[in-house]
Amino acid sequence: MKDVSVISQRKGLSYEKAIESVFFISALLMVLSVVLIFIYIFMEGVPPILKIGLGPFILGTQWTPTYTTPQYGILPMIMASLIGMMGAILVGVPIGIFTAIMLAEIAPRPVTRILKPAIELLAGIPSVVYGFFGLTVIVPFIRVQLKSPTGTGLLAMIIILAIMVIPTIVNITENSLRAVPKEYKEGSLALGASQIETIFKVTLPAAKSGILASVVLGMGRAIGETMAVIMVCGNIPKMPQSLLSTVSPMTATIAKDMSYAGPFHRSALFGIGVVLFVFIILLNLVLNLLVRKASR
Amino acid sequence: MQKEISKKKIVVKDLNLFYGEFHALKAINMDIYEGEVTALIGPSGCGKSTFLKTLNRMNDLVEHVRVTGSITLDGNEILSDVDVVALRKRVGMVFQKPNPFPMSIYDNVAYGPRIHGIKKKSQLDEIVEKSLRAAALWDEVSDRLSKSALGISGGQQQRLCIARTLATEPEVLLMDEPTSALDPISTSKIEELCETLKKNYTIVIVTHNMQQAGRISDRTAFFLLGELVEYDLTERIFHRPRNEKTERYITGRFG
Ligand SMILES: Nc1ncnc2c1ncn2[C@@H]1O[C@H](COP(=O)(O)OP(=O)(O)OP(=O)(O)O)[C@@H](O)[C@H]1O
Ligand SMILES: [Mg+2]
Repeated sequence: MKDVSVISQRKGLSYEKAIESVFFISALLMVLSVVLIFIYIFMEGVPPILKIGLGPFILGTQWTPTYTTPQYGILPMIMASLIGMMGAILVGVPIGIFTAIMLAEIAPRPVTRILKPAIELLAGIPSVVYGFFGLTVIVPFIRVQLKSPTGTGLLAMIIILAIMVIPTIVNITENSLRAVPKEYKEGSLALGASQIETIFKVTLPAAKSGILASVVLGMGRAIGETMAVIMVCGNIPKMPQSLLSTVSPMTATIAKDMSYAGPFHRSALFGIGVVLFVFIILLNLVLNLLVRKASR
Repeated sequence: MQKEISKKKIVVKDLNLFYGEFHALKAINMDIYEGEVTALIGPSGCGKSTFLKTLNRMNDLVEHVRVTGSITLDGNEILSDVDVVALRKRVGMVFQKPNPFPMSIYDNVAYGPRIHGIKKKSQLDEIVEKSLRAAALWDEVSDRLSKSALGISGGQQQRLCIARTLATEPEVLLMDEPTSALDPISTSKIEELCETLKKNYTIVIVTHNMQQAGRISDRTAFFLLGELVEYDLTERIFHRPRNEKTERYITGRFG
């Protein structure tokens, strides 16, 4: 009896070892590609930043790489990226959270059954389709209704980005609302709180870190979005003056300039990539902190 | 027997409850008296929790529930269109599993009063202290009111939940097996609590512990398969039950 169990255990052990190494190799490949991308972008992008000077690069307001005396200031792009992201979050977060509350707490099941897949589908639509929608619906609307010359610019970009981050926020927020133990809600209702009071005073606070994580993920998506943004932002790297200004955020500039850039211009684009990378790393750090706080 | 002349607080008439097709409560008639502890006993699945939850309409949260019959609180019907929020303020509930909110001890107790419109700090402080004292918890937590309620022991959490319910000043206190997850010391604390609380509250308590029912209750109701088999003064139920099933259950010779 004892022998048999030992043998089968050994067999199981070598099998487990094999599977384990498959996991290990996959994880290693992932880490390796992240490290390679990191090294490559920094090797290509840091030297031009040092040559231009960190101050003039990040705080300069003129981006004229094709002039005879070229200037490489990317502040307008940083501003466009940040304002676009903030605007999308400002618009998208409340709508996203209210939709999630609707789905998780209020809507009857048949409504949820239709609404939820629809929103999940929204998350999977390719960004070029969003860009096309922006170009054919939102841009003309802004041009006509707000009398902007082209209709492209910050506002169009914010609206499109808001639509794009909402599914992320809805899905994660809804999941974290559903994860709130029903005992909390029952406790609140049994004390004579109404459903709305219970949602705002017990359920939302209990789901807080999940909701914050969804916001940070949404920020990452907004700042990294490229295709949809190129199609509606106007692509002029000037400091934004108003919501109707045509702008060119970091991602759009890299993608659009890359096709015709000369050698140093190209390096400067990698410099923008480094700045973008730093923003993403910061967002991920914040996200990790939030998730760690949530699991405690 | 002065108990028999107490006022009827809750009157249940011909109460039936269905979970979908399942007939969970069958023609229940029962009077619950003010200032008494009423114990509900019976084997698992006989409908004790279900009955308790109809008394403050917590069953509304369950899908496909249908209730017929009548329940009055101080003579007012509560099964038809009443303000359930106001009803639940008057008929508080403590659950089987301690369920403090993930907030500080103070905020847990102040939750109800705040919901019901009390904002002044001094007034809240007073309510929190009074409720925690009433739940025999004050001495153990007075120095860490701002700490998370999830960090105290299970027995303390259950007394916190009682304090939280007391803070809204209900008239009736429903308790669903409040001591089933607790050690003997916490259990006896909560039993003592019932004894003191019944001066001001009407208490209905579900318990699987016969000794507990015998110790703390004035009346006992024995449920079996959704029916109220026997309901009488606890003394009579335990010493001279009229129904043979009751006797078999109480003496532990059931099923
Ligand atoms: N939400 C529900 N949907 C369908 N049936 C239910 C539901 N809740 C309870 N029941 C059924 O109703 C009957 C009574 O349940 P209830 O929880 O009231 O029993 P109980 O007497 O409190 O049991 P216990 O002592 O185990 O807590 C059981 O048969 C149970 O399966
Ligand atoms: Mg029960």
